[in-house]
Amino acid sequence: MSSLQTRQGSLKIVDAARVAARGALFVTEARLRAMVKWVWLIISIAIANPVLYLVSIGLGLGSYIDKNTGAMGVDGVSYLTFLAPALLATAAIQGAMDESVYPTLEGFKWNKTFFSMNATPLSGNQIAMGVFFNSLIRTIFTAVIYWLVMLAFGVLESPRAWLAIFTAVMAGAAFGAFMQALAGFLENENVFFTIVERFIIMPLFLFSGTFYPLTNMPIFLQWIGWISPLWHATELGRWLTYGSEISTPMLLLHFIFLNSILIFGLIASRRIFTKRLGK
Amino acid sequence: MSQSLIHARELTKKFGDFTAVNGINFDVVKGESFGLLGPNGAGKSTAMRMIGATSQRTSGDLTILDKDPDLFGPQIRAHLGVVPQQDNLDTHLSVTDNLYIYGRYFGLSRKFLKGKIEELLTFAQLEEKRNAKVESLSGGMKRRLTIARALVSEPEILMLDEPTTGLDPQARHILWDRLFRLKEDGVTLLITTHFMDEAEQLCDRLVVMDKGAIMAEGSPAQLIKDYSTKEVLEVRFGSERNAHMADDLRQLCDRIEELPDRILMYTEDGEELLERVYKKGFHPKTSLVRRSSLEDVFLRLTGRTLID
Repeated sequence: MSSLQTRQGSLKIVDAARVAARGALFVTEARLRAMVKWVWLIISIAIANPVLYLVSIGLGLGSYIDKNTGAMGVDGVSYLTFLAPALLATAAIQGAMDESVYPTLEGFKWNKTFFSMNATPLSGNQIAMGVFFNSLIRTIFTAVIYWLVMLAFGVLESPRAWLAIFTAVMAGAAFGAFMQALAGFLENENVFFTIVERFIIMPLFLFSGTFYPLTNMPIFLQWIGWISPLWHATELGRWLTYGSEISTPMLLLHFIFLNSILIFGLIASRRIFTKRLGK
Repeated sequence: MSQSLIHARELTKKFGDFTAVNGINFDVVKGESFGLLGPNGAGKSTAMRMIGATSQRTSGDLTILDKDPDLFGPQIRAHLGVVPQQDNLDTHLSVTDNLYIYGRYFGLSRKFLKGKIEELLTFAQLEEKRNAKVESLSGGMKRRLTIARALVSEPEILMLDEPTTGLDPQARHILWDRLFRLKEDGVTLLITTHFMDEAEQLCDRLVVMDKGAIMAEGSPAQLIKDYSTKEVLEVRFGSERNAHMADDLRQLCDRIEELPDRILMYTEDGEELLERVYKKGFHPKTSLVRRSSLEDVFLRLTGRTLID
């Protein structure tokens, strides 16, 4: 007896147009199926990260700073309120990176799943977008949890503070897309870990006006903040969470900068993925 | 649609100065099992990636299911089942999930896949491993899962790149049996291998490839008939004496091949030839009479053995 007695043939059962329309979502679905296996880890990180940072740096360092700055605080608010939006954006960026860089290195190199995906009707563009959507989901999840913890710590003063979730996600998406492209481009992942993480990501975190206003930096170091999605997202976050003073042109600039990086990152990811798969 | 599912003319692929596939011509018709036989580095895998509509050709014509892969990659890939040389299963997922997500990549519905997965688990003899993680599977099981995965979309053409490399003999025979069944079901198979026994077992027709070019084409039996004799007598005199003996043995038959460890003598009647060897006063340490195989065809065409 034949084992494939029900065979109808792909000409009958496979609809290439359906894959052309929704392929990226199928890639996301597959990745989510894997993420479910470590969902508790993702949830734990999402909660522990804000709690630990806000307690240790915000409350610990914050009470010390607040004692010395008096009623004026930092930027007119308590140090914890000043710091929290920067940490929110940082967490969103970190979440986006985890879900874009590692799957990209894995898909191209470690278990080569991108090549198995590309043997189906899926295109390089769709695989790139599927990975991006997945990192977007993780970023949104991380940002929402972070925001809720901030709410519990009482650092959200403005009624429009909830919009800070979107600016943080925007920064995560922009940085994630950019790093996804870079991870696809650098065929040697050691370069990524030794050079990119230490000499790009670390300085961006430290020099983006995260712990103090960027203007505290000597002018020749301020450019690091200007090219960093983190600084732009932090500025937007401070405006949204406690109403820090900011001019309309600057608001627009932050917004346009983040979205430009996002668009550039996505276009580059799609091109790089397609090229590397088609070799 | 024309009879020929795959049609290649002067198909060429270059990587910089290196020509991996050099102007090959062949056709694969519906329902046949077609093989690319050649040593590692002959250009088989590169040819497979072009036919698989993932790697673009440098020049020449190629149509798969009457479509140009440069223009209709996804539409062609919708009807191919690809088993790559290296298993690239998703190691985070279970056996069942690997089949499921792969089916989703073809846009297949959850409902269809539910039944399909059961059928494939039976086919691949992996029912008991349905919830196992891929990492815990043996090499043979992973290979069967990769083949099952390629079948989830009921492809018109199943492409297997070195399907049994790295498997033990028992696992190979189980796999061959599965592939036979597919052939019986009318699935068109395209197989690359550097194992001549595999090519003889599985292929209706094959091309012998070396250094990116096709050296010969035909059915295994026809190729053996055209390029070799019916039987082969293998004699060993010990590594130091083999070379010395070759000149004397040459007079006894049409053609001989000297290998480092043995001498192959081509003849229509091996036993009779062996008798004549003894009569001449030569006493090989060991001797063996066997039928000619594709290995002999390859040796004749290239002067080299398939597995270096």
